[in-house]
Amino acid sequence: MDIRHSEFLPCLHCPPFVGPLPVSHVSFSSACPVPLPGSPSLHRGLHPSREEKRDSRMAEEKKLKLSNTVLPSESMKVVAESMGIAQIQEETCQLLTDEVSYRIKEIAQDALKFMHMGKRQKLTTSDIDYALKLKNVEPLYGFHAQEFIPFRFASGGGRELYFYEEKEVDLSDIINTPLPRVPLDVCLKAHWLSIEGCQPAIPENPPPAPKEQQKAEATEPLKSAKPGQEEDGPLKGKGQGATTADGKGKEKKAPPLLEGAPLRLKPRSIHELSVEQQLYYKEITEACVGSCEAKRAEALQSIATDPGLYQMLPRFSTFISEGVRVNVVQNNLALLIYLMRMVKALMDNPTLYLEKYVHELIPAVMTCIVSRQLCLRPDVDNHWALRDFAARLVAQICKHFSTTTNNIQSRITKTFTKSWVDEKTPWTTRYGSIAGLAELGHDVIKTLILPRLQQEGERIRSVLDGPVLSNIDRIGADHVQSLLLKHCAPVLAKLRPPPDNQDAYRAEFGSLGPLLCSQVVKARAQAALQAQQVNRTTLTITQVLSLSTSAPGSGSTTTSPVTTTVPSVQPIVKLVSTATTAPPSTAPSGPGSVQKYIVVSLPPTGEGKGGPTSHPSPVPPPASSPSPLSGSALCGGKQEAGDSPPPAPGTPKANGSQSNSGSPQPAP
Amino acid sequence: MAALAEEQTEVAVKLEPEGPPTLLPPQAGDGAGEGSGGTTNNGPNGGGGNVAASSSTGGDGGTPKPTVAVSAAAPAGAAPVPAAAPDAGAPHDRQTLLAVLQFLRQSKLREAEEALRREAGLLEEAVAGSGAPGEVDSAGAEVTSALLSRVTASAPGPAAPDPPGTGASGATVISGSASGPAAPGKVGSVAVEDQPDVSAVLSAYNQQGDPTMYEEYYSGLKHFIECSLDCHRAELSQLFYPLFVHMYLELVYNQHENEAKSFFEKFHGDQECYYQDDLRVLSSLTKKEHMKGNETMLDFRTSKFVLRISRDSYQLLKRHLQEKQNNQIWNIVQEHLYIDIFDGMPRSKQQIDAMVGSLAGEAKREANKSKVFFGLLKEPEIEVPLDDEDEEGENEEGKPKKKKPKKDSIGSKSKKQDPNAPPQNRIPLPELKDSDKLDKIMNMKETTKRVRLGPDCLPSICFYTFLNAYQGLTAVDVTDDSSLIAGGFADSTVRVWSVTPKKLRSVKQASDLSLIDKESDDVLERIMDEKTASELKILYGHSGPVYGASFSPDRNYLLSSSEDGTVRLWSLQTFTCLVGYKGHNYPVWDTQFSPYGYYFVSGGHDRVARLWATDHYQPLRIFAGHLADVNCTRFHPNSNYVATGSADRTVRLWDVLNGNCVRIFTGHKGPIHSLTFSPNGRFLATGATDGRVLLWDIGHGLMVGELKGHTDTVCSLRFSRDGEILASGSMDNTVRLWDAIKAFEDLETDDFTTATGHINLPENSQELLLGTYMTKSTPVVHLHFTRRNLVLAAGAYSPQ
Repeated sequence: MDIRHSEFLPCLHCPPFVGPLPVSHVSFSSACPVPLPGSPSLHRGLHPSREEKRDSRMAEEKKLKLSNTVLPSESMKVVAESMGIAQIQEETCQLLTDEVSYRIKEIAQDALKFMHMGKRQKLTTSDIDYALKLKNVEPLYGFHAQEFIPFRFASGGGRELYFYEEKEVDLSDIINTPLPRVPLDVCLKAHWLSIEGCQPAIPENPPPAPKEQQKAEATEPLKSAKPGQEEDGPLKGKGQGATTADGKGKEKKAPPLLEGAPLRLKPRSIHELSVEQQLYYKEITEACVGSCEAKRAEALQSIATDPGLYQMLPRFSTFISEGVRVNVVQNNLALLIYLMRMVKALMDNPTLYLEKYVHELIPAVMTCIVSRQLCLRPDVDNHWALRDFAARLVAQICKHFSTTTNNIQSRITKTFTKSWVDEKTPWTTRYGSIAGLAELGHDVIKTLILPRLQQEGERIRSVLDGPVLSNIDRIGADHVQSLLLKHCAPVLAKLRPPPDNQDAYRAEFGSLGPLLCSQVVKARAQAALQAQQVNRTTLTITQVLSLSTSAPGSGSTTTSPVTTTVPSVQPIVKLVSTATTAPPSTAPSGPGSVQKYIVVSLPPTGEGKGGPTSHPSPVPPPASSPSPLSGSALCGGKQEAGDSPPPAPGTPKANGSQSNSGSPQPAP
Repeated sequence: MAALAEEQTEVAVKLEPEGPPTLLPPQAGDGAGEGSGGTTNNGPNGGGGNVAASSSTGGDGGTPKPTVAVSAAAPAGAAPVPAAAPDAGAPHDRQTLLAVLQFLRQSKLREAEEALRREAGLLEEAVAGSGAPGEVDSAGAEVTSALLSRVTASAPGPAAPDPPGTGASGATVISGSASGPAAPGKVGSVAVEDQPDVSAVLSAYNQQGDPTMYEEYYSGLKHFIECSLDCHRAELSQLFYPLFVHMYLELVYNQHENEAKSFFEKFHGDQECYYQDDLRVLSSLTKKEHMKGNETMLDFRTSKFVLRISRDSYQLLKRHLQEKQNNQIWNIVQEHLYIDIFDGMPRSKQQIDAMVGSLAGEAKREANKSKVFFGLLKEPEIEVPLDDEDEEGENEEGKPKKKKPKKDSIGSKSKKQDPNAPPQNRIPLPELKDSDKLDKIMNMKETTKRVRLGPDCLPSICFYTFLNAYQGLTAVDVTDDSSLIAGGFADSTVRVWSVTPKKLRSVKQASDLSLIDKESDDVLERIMDEKTASELKILYGHSGPVYGASFSPDRNYLLSSSEDGTVRLWSLQTFTCLVGYKGHNYPVWDTQFSPYGYYFVSGGHDRVARLWATDHYQPLRIFAGHLADVNCTRFHPNSNYVATGSADRTVRLWDVLNGNCVRIFTGHKGPIHSLTFSPNGRFLATGATDGRVLLWDIGHGLMVGELKGHTDTVCSLRFSRDGEILASGSMDNTVRLWDAIKAFEDLETDDFTTATGHINLPENSQELLLGTYMTKSTPVVHLHFTRRNLVLAAGAYSPQ
């Protein structure tokens, strides 16, 4: 049994390891960010007993989850084989397993010490090195990951597998990439954490009222935040330093936010703003609608990032809705645009709990999409851009705030559809409705727009080719046409199998057919370009987004699945869209653009009966994922296990909306 | 480079201790005078055995006075080791003593053996009857060297003293004989963990019971305790954990692996949750081979688990065990447990819970009985201008109110001697230099502008965030005048920032220095090299993460301690390393300068804290006794004591004069990571990984408060300059402020509480919490109160 354990440790990195690794067991459980408040129990994450329970010594209540996990002896075999020892006796394996497990645990426990003394929450490889050094063992060289070693977890067939993902790296890629910037040097920065007992609301400090608290206040006004109440731990990804990978961490983090609050809770009913806040509000609103663009940019930036705005939120919301009301009547396009930009900025602020004010914002935004007239000279002014922008905003709102109870998305969809279907709708409104629908995602396009393409094409043709009735109509029809082409082409490219035949398109989509066809061809070329960079597995579906349409805001919508329902009894079609890489034009916008889900998605079965009928073509649910929920569950699990990028302003709700969309919505 | 230091006495490396009056190592005679050296003193303190320790205590009788006159007869050349000899854990129980005797006989040290036997009051038969002679002989030798190597291994060879004379005490005999004939080979080698023969230490586990009966024994006892009266149940429940551990270890040692496993599975859930870390270690211990060199196991074995039980409960237990003929458990109770019996009411569950949690049970009551001089030293009289300043302050309107309490504290400091203060020259302190006096005057001036804090007047907190530290910030310190910040980093560097407009400049090169007119008035200014002025200086020298940093009070030096086992002294004049103090051969977790400079303390993974003087390359004292890493070390404001916090979940207070442990505080449920003394020296606040802050009354040796609120390791603690506010910073990214005055105001320090150590903690920590300030994502690594009571906090931003 005189084994130098060092010889075994490098094998940690030998894939595949069967069974749970004890190292991960030991280290992660203890490295997880620690105990809950107020209790001397150190690891309540593992040990759920409460203080009151501790009074009685009943064994059942206080079962610690401690078991002596050992490496399976198969692992020993695998390791032995990898070192060229073919036959190894079962007994030997067993002995080795015991010994190696013990040594690994011992080292992991020592490594924890270094982690604690290093004032970190994460165990690093260097901690392990130092622990080895303590034992007079040569440390492992070459494993200096700054972050944790990304062991991946997979399970299937009742077996669990941890593996170390080793990507093949093309050297030429590395050589050709420009050198990364030199990391910044350590520097000191001072700020006021507290001034005579009050924490100033500056960007360096966390928002005065965390989003959870704002929500708690909004939804449960009677229940004041009490210490120790873990109301919505993992529900929202947004939390102070909550580790995204660890649900437990969030639960534990939740109380400190609430705790201590009861002492200095502000009376909620009073909505008085301090003088500073009033000044700020005045400055900001004036700058936002003023004439100086630089000032406006600054003000919008402030709205989008400042953590302390939540007290002023009702004022802003009223300002916007009133502003829209007045300026639509006056046809003041510029002001409408400014107000929409304010909405956008508010939505971008990660610290605001906007749900309370959505009812004021949505009508304002919708007005800017579908209003008959938005400017004084509709033939010259580019009110189309405003409609596009507002449409993206509505899509963003849907994505963020739509739940099964408020049904925002379905109500909005219904509104748009109604005004579009109406024969008498002017072209401007028509444009807005289509834009609004198109921004809601591919599935909406597929089920609601594509079936009407032919009809709409006819209408457009009648205006464009027919006698000149009015220039305004002509321009409107022109815009609607390009809008339809822009949005439908990428969807069609995905739905239809490759040979793009002008005649087939014409047969299916009427007068718009030929134009669509050429657009689809273009889209395909783009997709092919993308596909080269994407590692195609059988399970991953690359979906290329329409390029120019995705606005900075909606870039993040790509990760959210959209559920559409068809009016018949058809099952719900669920598509978890997986944008593997962001489209080039929006590359900087999509925060989660490199997310990859192993999700079974439907293969394009676009053949079928997508006839010119008004029946939407039902797409059969994918055979391999029988229920939409399983898809999203898998996807969620993957996201947790993987190293998903930190939640960006847009994404925290992604999880929520995924689960929401999994449940059936009433048909519009 | 050392030559560039300002004064000659401050030049760091000096082999002969002749410069300033230095704290001489306790001499052999001193050790003897203390009553068999560490044996008696550390017996009770160090959690040693009861049987042997008490019998050997008979030798000198009574509690030892810490201030014992140094016997002139002792060989003056004895090096610092004797203080260190009482080993970590002080395992002077019977076996060890017997083993030592055997060893002495084997090494033909007849006289020493005689002396030791006399001290211990052991009979010849006991020795002879302790086992087969040959076996015990070798075992004894191993024990001795094993025990010693822990200490001596880290104390370099030359420190080992010559074997002392025949009349020497037990402790000195151990160290002397071992380092004389036997140890040299082992000195400097690896510590006890790697000693091949722990079997001797383990031999006590040899007693073989029926392994299948263990579960029955345990559940029988469990049933008995659960059925006992409520008032006894809580007390007797304390038995569960140590019994569980020892029974499990016995099973493992006797190679009943399956029984051990099922025993563990069945009963580990009963144990209190705060033992979970230890249980995790235990659970991985499944083979006899593993027991060799497992530190936790050794701790259990070498130190008796101390339980405090009322006489009634104890009688109940004893009767039960005798009725049941439950010898197995009775043996364990006898062998491995120290039951500290007290008369009176049994304690409540809450009272017990407050005090337990450490690796080796509670502290014995005697351990906290010795007198501690917690008062402050008299401030040296500083000339007139200061007093003028004072008067002016008094005359101004509005000031007097502010000044009154301060007046008290200052008054007690300077006018009359604090009754609790140690004699002024109890330990030799360095003379004040002119620059120090200037600094003191500055300090006094600032003091008059100090904000008077209180619940209604909270301090402002200025947070220094280390950006781009990439999780690498491991230590921070701020100078007393808040002009410099030092950061220790995982990449082995120490960085010093100036946070005032005054930039950091180093002294010119020697060749340039010779050109300077030494008579000129501004010579101090002229020696500085303007070209080197910068806000940041980086000190390279360590070869591992820097876990501790401390500025000297005069701001001329900086200490840093590192994973590489060294403590380094840096000059802030030249920004170079002056000395590397080697001694801890393992990572050094913390170091701190004495409030009067010159001395410093360090503590590390080798489980000892060491006291050093800057001009000695070897430690003056070794404070041994902790059963696990010493995580943090702090000087008492009067510089006569050192507090250490350890991973064994105890806090100890050590007397700098004689190296004795004078206080053991138990009650934390996790490794202790921060310590701070109140400015008046009466109280100690400690923070641990369990997120709690505990407050201790040093004079009475009692826990006086518990501050709950943090949800993660408390990394930093600091009292405001006048002691009204306690600030705590934690890994949970918060700074919290606590009302210290209220926490200390109504203490139960009546005689009964003091005598029994039964405390009733007020459940008011929420009332004491004055404020919680969250950072965005920055653990609070260091806190500091400026002289005007502004809080400076520091930490590295670590995006999640």
